Amino acid sequence: MLVVKNLSKRFGKTTVLKNINLVVNKKDRVAIIGSSGCGKSTLLRCINQIETPSDGKVLFEGIPLNDKETDINKIRIKMGMVFQQFNLFPHLKVIDNIILAPVKLGILKKDEAIKKAKELLNKIGLSEKINNYPKELSGGQMQRVAIIRALMLDPELMMFDEPTSALDPKMKLEVLDLMKDLGKTGLTMIVVTHEMQFVKDFANRVIFMENGEIIEEGSPKDIFNNPKSKELKEFLENICI
Amino acid sequence: MLDSLYQTLIYDNRYLYFLEGLKNTLIIAFFAVILGIIIGIIISLIRNYHDKTNKLKILNFLAKCYVNIIRGTPVILQLMIIYYVIFASVDINIIIVGILAFGINSGAYVSEIIRAGINSIDKGQLEAGYSLGLNYSKIMRFIIFPQAIKNILPALGNEFITLLKETSVGAYIGIVELTKASDIIASRTYDYFLPLIVVAIIYLLLTIVLSKLVNLMERKLDNVSS
Repeated sequence: MLVVKNLSKRFGKTTVLKNINLVVNKKDRVAIIGSSGCGKSTLLRCINQIETPSDGKVLFEGIPLNDKETDINKIRIKMGMVFQQFNLFPHLKVIDNIILAPVKLGILKKDEAIKKAKELLNKIGLSEKINNYPKELSGGQMQRVAIIRALMLDPELMMFDEPTSALDPKMKLEVLDLMKDLGKTGLTMIVVTHEMQFVKDFANRVIFMENGEIIEEGSPKDIFNNPKSKELKEFLENICI
Repeated sequence: MLDSLYQTLIYDNRYLYFLEGLKNTLIIAFFAVILGIIIGIIISLIRNYHDKTNKLKILNFLAKCYVNIIRGTPVILQLMIIYYVIFASVDINIIIVGILAFGINSGAYVSEIIRAGINSIDKGQLEAGYSLGLNYSKIMRFIIFPQAIKNILPALGNEFITLLKETSVGAYIGIVELTKASDIIASRTYDYFLPLIVVAIIYLLLTIVLSKLVNLMERKLDNVSS
């Protein structure tokens, strides 16, 4: 479903991504791990073109995304993204955060969108927060609302950019649990994270990156129990698990 | 004192000059503010869109020139150039000349205020908007602008108060606004004190009302979100 070919990204003279090749199939749950600053987040941002790749191609269901002819806004509807800092819209209530995109894009009528939003909020137990503003929620609640906001568009692929890095341990759990539930529904997901236990439980594929390159790729078992490269061994020693 | 007040306001229905001046001042200020806002929004959007996407290079260059020229020359010169040069051979209502001159002038300042307001919003908001499939204009309308307007309201209020007072420059090309009205009356009574004090008080009342309105809006926006 998603193919990344020879992708590179440079900011000025610094190379952040070097020749990345990656294929994500339907129903894959891909975890991307690696030390901070290794280009994990930039890779996600290059996939949905929030960052423009310097070289290479990103194909989503065969459509080249970094092509001038492609209407990237239409594609982004199918690729949800969740950010480390949640990025909820602070001037809008929870419900308006959630229904903004589907209504303004003309995908759902307002009452349909509200109905769908209520169902989703109900599922994650946040129904009573429907008329609150984001600042009145806890971090974990905000992130779960952000996830729902992306789910409203029925994305085929969901990308998570360190979704729990700004949260304390208890809140991390509620977000990670929601993500596990999503994985069980068969949604294709790419998650950049530092939560190794979660990666073991959740992912069917793990990608290890260092200095803007993919060093190793495999099942969680391969990666954690049988690391091949020196870099991965060092990385796993440093995080002591 | 009473006699001089009588001479200034009542005799010969002179208060009508003040009313005429007040009316023209208000008309010019009101429409110039609207014109300034429209120009300001357009210019700031051109410049922001260019900053974000590197497109619209020529328009961005023109917008920059406009802002620099307007901010770099006195408003009285701009007014005279519009009246004596651009509309030299055209029979045009002088009030409209005033609205155009002050609106074009204010637009440059308003555009910088709005630009600062847009830049004050965390770029994660734009990215979240993009990630939801929204395009630039929808993100601006529904996400960035509503947040920016709250941050820039004090600066905008300031600009409108400045504009209201600046319309007095219109007297220079013969627009009968408040300042000109006081001048006309003073030239008849040979007494400058009262006419000037009267218009000063009127300006003061107008700006007090205006800043109260801005305060009210600030509080209203504050209640809605923050």
